[in-house]
Amino acid sequence: MADRRIKVLIAKPGLDGHDRGAKVLARGLRDEGFEVVYTGLRQTPEMIASAALQEDVDVVGLSILSGAHMTLVPRVCRALRDEGLGDVLVTVGGIIPDDDVPALREAGVDRVFGPGTTIGEVAEYLRTNVRPRETA
Amino acid sequence: MTDEGAGGAGGDRGLPAGSPNDGGPEPVDGDGRTRTPAARGVRLAEGVRSGDRRMLARLLTEIEDRTSVAEAALRLLYPVSGNAHLVGITGAPGAGKSTLVAALARAVRTTGRPAAVLAIDPSSPITGGALLGDRIRMQEHAGDRNVFIRSMASRGHAGGLAAAAVDAAAALDAAGFPVVFLETVGAGQSEVEVASIADTTVVVEAPEMGDEVQAIKAGLLEVADIVVVTKGDRPGARRTAAQLRAMLTVGTTDEADALRRAEAHGRRRPKRPEVMLVTAPTGDGIPELLAALDRRHEERDAAALQPARVARAAAQLDAVMAERLRARLRDGPHRAAVTDVLRSMAAHEIDPYAAADRVMKLLEESVAG
Repeated sequence: MADRRIKVLIAKPGLDGHDRGAKVLARGLRDEGFEVVYTGLRQTPEMIASAALQEDVDVVGLSILSGAHMTLVPRVCRALRDEGLGDVLVTVGGIIPDDDVPALREAGVDRVFGPGTTIGEVAEYLRTNVRPRETA
Repeated sequence: MTDEGAGGAGGDRGLPAGSPNDGGPEPVDGDGRTRTPAARGVRLAEGVRSGDRRMLARLLTEIEDRTSVAEAALRLLYPVSGNAHLVGITGAPGAGKSTLVAALARAVRTTGRPAAVLAIDPSSPITGGALLGDRIRMQEHAGDRNVFIRSMASRGHAGGLAAAAVDAAAALDAAGFPVVFLETVGAGQSEVEVASIADTTVVVEAPEMGDEVQAIKAGLLEVADIVVVTKGDRPGARRTAAQLRAMLTVGTTDEADALRRAEAHGRRRPKRPEVMLVTAPTGDGIPELLAALDRRHEERDAAALQPARVARAAAQLDAVMAERLRARLRDGPHRAAVTDVLRSMAAHEIDPYAAADRVMKLLEESVAG
């Protein structure tokens, strides 16, 4: 596992069309040496889980600005578990009220990044927390 | 092939007997999880053959990381691969490769067959990071379990592919996908490596990308089995297709004569690619393109395609031999001697050829011993 690169899926579930943040993060993580798969707008939880499986990513980063996170995020986490991807690190970024964070963590989210988070913080968190994958 | 064709149905041709670690029992720790790399490779190979998509995805990661797990799995999978039609899709950045691949996958699905896509994007030469964006154009397939899309970073490999691309394609082949699309990084004029790997090479050209002279330069267009002009609804698309068609056949009117001259000089015969016009988002021209691809695949055993397969085998053998030689020189018993040779060469005491002579001698002695 010496030079294993961390692979990250950046996905936007739901209907909001604002992906500047997702693109900035994707680009920033690229510059931090990650391999970043960006899948574009309007992903269903099932699409995200299927992409995570095929790409064998270490991290799924969800970007949500629509306010629908309490509905969408638990569904994404469930879809990932259904695919046998319970060991994938799940992070959420966007406009998430502090009060919602405990429930999201309960649903399976490892970390919520609020506005003002730097790319460096995200990169550091991922490097520290990515789980070793069991291969077979 | 039916909808259940990829994976699951692989049972009629099981894995060959024997495994790379026939040597004895595998070390297993308390929870029964830890296995030798060879044993993990065997498990992955079996999973891939039984249609387990998560195992396939994991194997592709091992292949990208060039691990001994991947080697163990590929030893088992290579004998059961070689059935898929490996279609290389190459062309300039933005020419429409991903959109074309998405449309082709849709057409393949319409015929009831599963499809696999291996999409390569460049790694940063500075940080090693990569932004893999080919899935964006392939969204329509995200919910379809019979379309397997894998993005792959080039990881410093020049030539338009990733070093792991051939082995990854073999894994998808062994998983039962009858068609594997191999999409290169956005290519310039000379990233022609894909042609030595794919059964069929499709070169994608956007309309209005150059004059007629561009079409008769050596390089990318020369390796095309099929040239596809995309964005067929744009003004100029038809003219581009017509110009390419005219120029790619210039001077090659007498096929028999061209063949004779090529053979006399021990060269491969220049290809005479078909030029096709498509509008991928609407699907115009896509069924015709798929039909042309399928026709070529049916000719697979024809003598015409054998040289390509031998060339691919040679490239694969070269890659494995180079990797092994490097490992042997770097980590083997000759490490100190090789370091001495390098120091002498760096000091210009010996030339590179004399250095190679010495290294070859070391290797020969160790083989003989």
